[in-house]
Amino acid sequence: MKKFLIPLAIFLVLIGFLAVGLGLDPREVPSPLINKPAPMFSLPLLDAPDQQLTAQDLRGKVWILNVWASWCAACRIEHPLLVEFSKMGVAPIYGLNYKDKPDDAIGWLAKFGDPYTRSLSDREGLVGIDFGVYGVPETFVIDKQGVIRFKQIGPVTPEVLRDEIIPLVRKLGA
Amino acid sequence: MPITVAALLTALAMLAHGKEALPASSDPALEARVLGIAEELRCLVCQNETIAASHADLAVDLRKQIRVQLQAGQTQQQILDFMVERYGDFVLYRPPFQARTLLLWLGPFALLAIAVAVLVVNVRRRRRSALAQEWSPAQSQRARALLDGDAAGRP
Repeated sequence: MKKFLIPLAIFLVLIGFLAVGLGLDPREVPSPLINKPAPMFSLPLLDAPDQQLTAQDLRGKVWILNVWASWCAACRIEHPLLVEFSKMGVAPIYGLNYKDKPDDAIGWLAKFGDPYTRSLSDREGLVGIDFGVYGVPETFVIDKQGVIRFKQIGPVTPEVLRDEIIPLVRKLGA
Repeated sequence: MPITVAALLTALAMLAHGKEALPASSDPALEARVLGIAEELRCLVCQNETIAASHADLAVDLRKQIRVQLQAGQTQQQILDFMVERYGDFVLYRPPFQARTLLLWLGPFALLAIAVAVLVVNVRRRRRSALAQEWSPAQSQRARALLDGDAAGRP
């Protein structure tokens, strides 16, 4: 009887690890920037390229940075959700138009709706690199002191919005 | 007829040639250094490849970033730190040897050691129990009979 207990115990431990592990996404790379200051940036506005918006301009408010592009298929999935969210007036969403052509981007927004208070043109993706962007879409929540508090890798889902982003934004005192 | 077609195609093939990708900068030493550093970094899009090997857009952008930084005089360590600051330890192709990754590095060896230990203990235990066995006279007679091929046992 006792002989069977040890392999059984080992088996159960393995099953435990499997159960947890199979629920995880191995491709997800957690961001080292959580609770660190958002990188400094200064980028031209998508619709007014002669004007610049800097990280400094956004101090004092809780805001959401959504990395998007007109060539990104997954962005279309989350877009209606973002449009709805922007109407709620909980926190402003700023778009980081990543490695895109401004004309394509403006056309895309005209077609699918514009949830962004403003969109910034990151044509070379350099600001994206500073934010640790490795795919599109990605979404960040940044607090009044300019510290990154949350990062969503991949499209924002209703669950993430409801269970993580909105409570966090409220907690940060939007 | 087919031979003519083949000859024609061969002639055309000899005229056509693929354009080689132009080196990103005209400085081969710099490019070599870029690739050296790029080989230490993981492409986060195709996560089994290095930034040196990957064709993903992000890899191209990051190689460009490495080049720019090298030209600005940054060292290899500074560039690697730059990447880790933004993407985390996972961007290093070789996982760093830290308390956190101890299990990753030593795990296989530890498992091997445990397996060998279990094997040795088991063999010793079996041998010991075999040696400890004592044969009764009936058993040793039967054994002899079997070995010699008696009527009681088979040949």
